[in-house]
Amino acid sequence: MLELSWLLIAIPLAGAALLLVWGKGADRFGHLIATAASAAAFVLGLIMFVELIGRGADDRSVTTSLGTWFEAGRFHVEFAFTFDQLSSLFVLLITGVGTLIHVYSIGYMAHDARRRRFFAYLNLFVAAMLTLVLAADYLVLFLGWEGVGLASFLLIGFWQHKETAAAAANKAFIMNRVGDLGMVIALMTMFATFGTTSIAAVNGAIDSASGSTATALGLLLLVGACGKSAQVPLQAWLLDAMEGPTPVSALIHAATMVTAGVYLVVRSAGIYDASEIARTVVVIVGLVTLLVGAWIGCAKDDIKKVLAGSTMSQIGYMMLAAGLGPAGYAFAIFHLLTHGFFKANMFLGAGSVMHAMDDDVDMRHYGALRRAMPITFVTFGLGYLAIIGFPGMSGFFSKDKIIEAALGYNTWIGLAAMIGAGVTAFYMTRLMMMTFFGEKRWRDEVHPHESPSVMTIPLIVLAAASVLGGALYLGGWITDWLEPIAGHAEHPHLPVPVIVVQLGVMAVVALGVAAGVWLYRRDVPDRAAADADVSIVTRAGRHEIYTNEVNGALVVLPVRYLTRLLVWLDARGIDGTVTGTADRIGEASQQLRRTQTGYVRSYALGIFGGALLVVLGLLAVTLA
Amino acid sequence: MIPAAQLDYWVLSPLFVVAGFAVLGLILEAALGRRYRFVVQTIATAIGLVAALVVSVLVYGDLRTPEEAGHVARGAVEAEGAVTVDGPGVITWIMLLVFALLSLGLFAERRFEAGMSPFTGRAADIPGSDEESQAVQHRLEHTEVFPLMLFALSGMMLFATANDLITMFVALEVLSLPLYVLCALSRRRRLISQEAAMKYFLLGAFSSVFFLYGAALAYGYSGSLNLTIIDEAVSARADSGGLLLVAMAMIAVGLLFKIGAVPFHAWTPDVYQGAPTPVTGFMAAATKAAAFIALMRVFFVAFGGASWDWRPTFWVVAVITMVFGSVVAIAQTDVKRMLAYSSIAHAGFLLVGFSAAYVGIANEAVLTSVSSVLFYLVVYGVATIGAFAVVSVVRDSAGETTHLAKWTGLGQRSPWLAGTFALFMLSFAGIPLTAGFIGKWGVFAAAWAGGTWPLVVIGVLASALAAYFYVRVIVLMFFTEPVGDGPTVAAPGVLTTVVIALAAIVTVVLGVLPGPLLDIVQHAGAFVR
Repeated sequence: MLELSWLLIAIPLAGAALLLVWGKGADRFGHLIATAASAAAFVLGLIMFVELIGRGADDRSVTTSLGTWFEAGRFHVEFAFTFDQLSSLFVLLITGVGTLIHVYSIGYMAHDARRRRFFAYLNLFVAAMLTLVLAADYLVLFLGWEGVGLASFLLIGFWQHKETAAAAANKAFIMNRVGDLGMVIALMTMFATFGTTSIAAVNGAIDSASGSTATALGLLLLVGACGKSAQVPLQAWLLDAMEGPTPVSALIHAATMVTAGVYLVVRSAGIYDASEIARTVVVIVGLVTLLVGAWIGCAKDDIKKVLAGSTMSQIGYMMLAAGLGPAGYAFAIFHLLTHGFFKANMFLGAGSVMHAMDDDVDMRHYGALRRAMPITFVTFGLGYLAIIGFPGMSGFFSKDKIIEAALGYNTWIGLAAMIGAGVTAFYMTRLMMMTFFGEKRWRDEVHPHESPSVMTIPLIVLAAASVLGGALYLGGWITDWLEPIAGHAEHPHLPVPVIVVQLGVMAVVALGVAAGVWLYRRDVPDRAAADADVSIVTRAGRHEIYTNEVNGALVVLPVRYLTRLLVWLDARGIDGTVTGTADRIGEASQQLRRTQTGYVRSYALGIFGGALLVVLGLLAVTLA
Repeated sequence: MIPAAQLDYWVLSPLFVVAGFAVLGLILEAALGRRYRFVVQTIATAIGLVAALVVSVLVYGDLRTPEEAGHVARGAVEAEGAVTVDGPGVITWIMLLVFALLSLGLFAERRFEAGMSPFTGRAADIPGSDEESQAVQHRLEHTEVFPLMLFALSGMMLFATANDLITMFVALEVLSLPLYVLCALSRRRRLISQEAAMKYFLLGAFSSVFFLYGAALAYGYSGSLNLTIIDEAVSARADSGGLLLVAMAMIAVGLLFKIGAVPFHAWTPDVYQGAPTPVTGFMAAATKAAAFIALMRVFFVAFGGASWDWRPTFWVVAVITMVFGSVVAIAQTDVKRMLAYSSIAHAGFLLVGFSAAYVGIANEAVLTSVSSVLFYLVVYGVATIGAFAVVSVVRDSAGETTHLAKWTGLGQRSPWLAGTFALFMLSFAGIPLTAGFIGKWGVFAAAWAGGTWPLVVIGVLASALAAYFYVRVIVLMFFTEPVGDGPTVAAPGVLTTVVIALAAIVTVVLGVLPGPLLDIVQHAGAFVR
């Protein structure tokens, strides 16, 4: 069975192809095909996982090759997939949560004319994401990497009638290209150093390379991870990506794709183990993102953007853990899984709320929804308890472990992570208070109602997973399970007993909750009043810490001016003339003819100048 | 007495077949009645191309193996030293013939213009005059385009395999002159078309003079025009050789002009925009391929011994070409101009592979500069012809609508057509699973192996920049609501459909299964000296 990992990818891919090729004829039942494809992949993944558990501990990595992708001399890329401890967990997460979100979307997208296309893209995404996590070669991984980027691009811009959606899709694609630069250069470095891009071979041979190679590879892969996982400084696209339909935000921009960066770091454990510097940078990136994301989460009024800031922040935790090396890899994956449950749950819950509120995302227009939407309230509430780390909930175990490991690594980093937990508790409480408690602030035409059961059942399942996800840590199961990949985790040496740390975290969280309840206990002012007089901290948070402005000043403006300069050097208005006249040839023909020789003359001058430069260049190189 | 030349007619036969069918086309032009000309010419050209293709493949099989020819190359110098029939050369022939066959499909498409070809009915008429409308009324057509194309093609094939500078110069002119004429023959927007041809002609003549002057200086330096003998002189030199440097620079200028490298690119956007779209596609794919192979041949064979003198200059040219093409393309509002700047950027990426001058490891098939450039030329050329084929389909009442603003919402109106165009854009941008990714990977890998890693880093950066405007087109087609009247897509005829479909299939297949073609280009070996 374990040799069938290619089939996991093939099923959703076939679903996507079928829906796209079939065309309008499949409009009525396309969503069912897509959901069935995703569910079939889940069932297959489950069977394979059970078989994997049944195997001996050292026999749990099965690599299947479909043949050679391409070959260039000694350089050889196998189209191979590895089903092992790490990828099997991801397969279950992607197909499991993915299937639930497919089901949910049946209801959520019921009235969308392009629903079939939406489901085709969803299936495409699932296939690409599975390629990413199953790949046995960095180049195949990169294929999945670009594939999820493409699916994400298509889905962010899915509501094409919204101009902001198209802009957001564009932004996500471009910022991811910046991350991909790191990936491509890393691939080139691997190719040049090891003559291969096989994940196992590169990580196995890293000790034979120089330390600086490991550092370079680690940093370059981190650039890629930052782009995909919305980590500082490439985080700005994630908030805009909320323009996509909410199930997309839940699946791609919360549970799966954005965690690909964490997966990449853990999968490249060999590289990171060999470079102290690279790991330190990962820790710093994770820590900064954790705090920045939480800050943004505190200041936004748009429910999806709060959740997006929170996603950034939680992935920051995972990155931080992954940067700790063997002490943290398993916990990074653990938190990734539990986060996948509770964040997907809350995003879908937010979608349910939006559904009830006529697609209004402003929490200032919510309030007192707990009575109108009891199921959404309860499931969302369980997700809330999980994310703040209420004892016994999944997030309690996974986040606590990361904070402990961070404390063992460095006291200050551990304390900062603790503060992050407190801030998380604050902004999530704020969200709960503004949405479900307090007075009604609904606009007149809105009549909230509970969503249909096709939407609430996935919510219930995910809420159950959010509560019970901590079971993965029963008896240290997940660390033992991942040990062959992540290496043996020493227990962190803490300055104080573990129980003190746990109590401390709980105290900070309680403080955050209390602050949230206290500040939002009374009514929430409407937008005008809210904007009037705010502190600089809040304003910065609302503007996403001015990262868009920084990007604009550092990247967009220089490129824009470079473009203008080059265009000016190149054409000096020819563009306008030629294209302009193309439509009214007759009247402008005389003028055009007159200008034409002039241009040829200047072109010829350009060639002459270029020739001079080439001559001088050659002479300079040789005679210098 | 001058002894008769000893020619091995068999290995040279692809050249003879193409040139022969070009001459046959002229005879048909004179002999046939107007009614039959178009169809007969199309069929005759197709037969000629297929025959030449078959012969080329057979010739490739007959080439001396690397073991017989020396350890890194296959093939031999033929025709008294004037022509080299070697692995890269014959692969270039095959590539050019494939490009020509695809372009022929566009040349012969008569569906869009009410049953007439995309070329003007009577080129001598003044645009907008009564004579012109008469010509349209009488349904006149220039069927000379087919022999012209074959002549240009024969020039390109000779250009890529010429082993002395005079043969190369003759080939340069043989390929250029028919193209100048073809550029002027657009049925619509004839003034722009004629302007483009005029510019192309003047600047082409200007740049070939540089080439000729360089050839003369090279003769002065080495006492010969034969690349092999120049190589001997260059390799044996003791001084820095100022004469040699200027000769190399002048020849480089002439060739860089043809491939459209900055700062010799200025003609590209105007000519690509003005020429009839089928010609643009043919020119963009085939001229660039032929000129690039010629450039590599001259600099690897004749000036290979001085490679450290010319490499830095080409590095600089590569960098400014990549960056310039990618950046300026962002500002374009016309599809054909955008594709022109994109072709400039691609010339830059190709130069990265070339200027690394990586010759590989003896006795082992690896991705060398030559083989990676060959692969890139194939994938770039096919996608380019496909993209221009799509351009020829998107039309309104005034002919093709190349203004990008008119392309908004194309994806909603005709998802298949927009989808294939998006595929070509993704391939140009180098996204995995398209052929463009493997192509970029190849040239960058060769450059990296050749030790020019800074070029690779800049190349990757530039390709990210270039991805921006390719994706912008996709966004425009799929995610933007059409303003006012969107484009009307003319139902493409069978020929255009076949061309677009073939180009799309090749682009996907070479992205998913590049193995066979990579294998072929790797075993093509080096240039024969």
